[in-house]
Amino acid sequence: MKITKSLKPLFFALILSLSGTALAERTILNVSYDPTRELYQDFNKQFIKYWKNKTGEEVGVQQSHGGAGKQTRAVIDGLEADVVTLALSYDIDQIAERAGLLPKDWQSRLPNNSLPYTSTIVFLVRQGNPKGIKDWDDLAKEGVSVITPNPKTSGGARYNYLAAWAFGEKKFGSKDAAKDFVKKVYKNVPVLDSGARGSTTTFIQRGMGDVLITWENEAFLALKEQGAGKYEIVVPPTSILAETPVAVVDKIVKKNGTQDLAEAYLQYLYSPVGQKLAAKHYYRPYQPEHADTEDLKRFPKLELFTVKDKFGGWPQAQKEHFDDGGTFDQIYTP
Amino acid sequence: MSQSNIMPGFRPAIGLTLVYLALVVLIPLSAMLLKSMQLSLDEYWAILSNRRVQDSFSVSFGAALIAAAVAAVFGFIIAWSLVRYTFPGKRLVDALIDLPFALPTAVAGIVLATIYEPQGWIGKLLMDNFGIQIAYTPKGIVVALIFIGLPFVVRTIEPVLQELDTATEEAAASLGATRLQAFVKVILPNILPATITGFALAFARGVGEYGSVIFIAGNMPYISEIVPLLIITKLEQYEYAGATAIGMTMLILSFLLLLLINGLQWWVRRRSGQL
Repeated sequence: MKITKSLKPLFFALILSLSGTALAERTILNVSYDPTRELYQDFNKQFIKYWKNKTGEEVGVQQSHGGAGKQTRAVIDGLEADVVTLALSYDIDQIAERAGLLPKDWQSRLPNNSLPYTSTIVFLVRQGNPKGIKDWDDLAKEGVSVITPNPKTSGGARYNYLAAWAFGEKKFGSKDAAKDFVKKVYKNVPVLDSGARGSTTTFIQRGMGDVLITWENEAFLALKEQGAGKYEIVVPPTSILAETPVAVVDKIVKKNGTQDLAEAYLQYLYSPVGQKLAAKHYYRPYQPEHADTEDLKRFPKLELFTVKDKFGGWPQAQKEHFDDGGTFDQIYTP
Repeated sequence: MSQSNIMPGFRPAIGLTLVYLALVVLIPLSAMLLKSMQLSLDEYWAILSNRRVQDSFSVSFGAALIAAAVAAVFGFIIAWSLVRYTFPGKRLVDALIDLPFALPTAVAGIVLATIYEPQGWIGKLLMDNFGIQIAYTPKGIVVALIFIGLPFVVRTIEPVLQELDTATEEAAASLGATRLQAFVKVILPNILPATITGFALAFARGVGEYGSVIFIAGNMPYISEIVPLLIITKLEQYEYAGATAIGMTMLILSFLLLLLINGLQWWVRRRSGQL
């Protein structure tokens, strides 16, 4: 009885391996946030080729995209992600803390704090910049309509919010003044979408708003998809460094037997090919020397600050600003 | 328990009913209840007494009530035209009614937002001529819920209207009733219970609707934020217990309101002599 039971999986494996190679092929799932879709479509093709050349094994890579918060929760609730490539380290911290799927020191395992690429937050305005938007304080002016997603549900929106806050704090000198400033900005927001892509749609397809606060890569992508002559990117003099980390999910890769594959996948992001692709898809690469100079030229220099410098890290920023009763709730309290 | 029916099969039928209800309705709902019981009464109250939560409840229930009322009136007229008149393209219209059932609600929401936004076809007309903005205001929520609720009303009234013999109206007329009298005293009492059922269905559907509303509401806290969105927001912050607390409250409120509506229906039937 016992023997037959333990043989069962073997039989199944045998049947599977006989029924065609497609089923036996190893596949990893990359769970990512909204705007990385195009980057990973491109990157996965290159990686599959690279792996085939290196080991002779055919592998598959699946991608899943959505609002960073939703994606994180899906992984915590059991979506079997071999690797996560998310919008902020806080989300991966949550996976480590709440589900224990990877060690808490995950961020020290890959170079540059597990950041193969970074991004920042810029403005997208309509052609000719009719409202004359140049810097963060222009967003608080009366008669300017601002589109940004809900920071409670969108990782990108949290960067937007913190960037505006840090600007306000620096310019007006206190936390209270920063709160007033951010309140004025959000008074100008007519729609709070749940994710970055939703806001892009509202701005472009629905024609709402004078300015969209968004990821640099998302702004470039919108320009590319919509064609030149409809929108312009405005880069403010200061903004926030968007640190978008990657990690292997230990427990899942051990269970799926994909550890070598998942690790190689992320390492490949740091390779010259990966770096070049990141720059091509409008992410700022960790090692710009590998990227095309033409691609690099598109990234203007601006003063970037980190969440750690200005807000003492994500856990604190989350607690102070985005948890229930935080400053985001306060600015909406009538 | 007894069997007042000449058809056999009482035991298997009632057994299946109970098992089905338990699996599909009772077990998931009790799981939710258990989760919400992780909170103490004080915590529960703290969540519910939050202004933002309360405002979202008024938005959700208010919009659903208005939308169900509008859908009830227009659904009645549509059902009436479909049953009592013949006109070219009637079958097509009849098929169109069910479309909101089949359409993914997200698609409905996106389409409605596109049409009713201030630059959209209808939205621009309303904005330029009357200064009314529909999309991204609570009015947008009502529009989406009317769209979703209409087929419920039409499809519950239609069969009852079909059953209603035109001879009763003819009898009323021949006994000297005016048209208005015939409608109010003969037709309406017969149709009202079905209309109330349609209203209740449209309302129940509207309270929980997420997909279509989210695209047209604007989702502004205190103004156009619906309860399901607040539940999702809580989940994103890993406040599972808080989310279930709101869900539980919503369930209880909906149940009480549906009970009330059922009571109303019973009363109407009794008054019109149908019971």
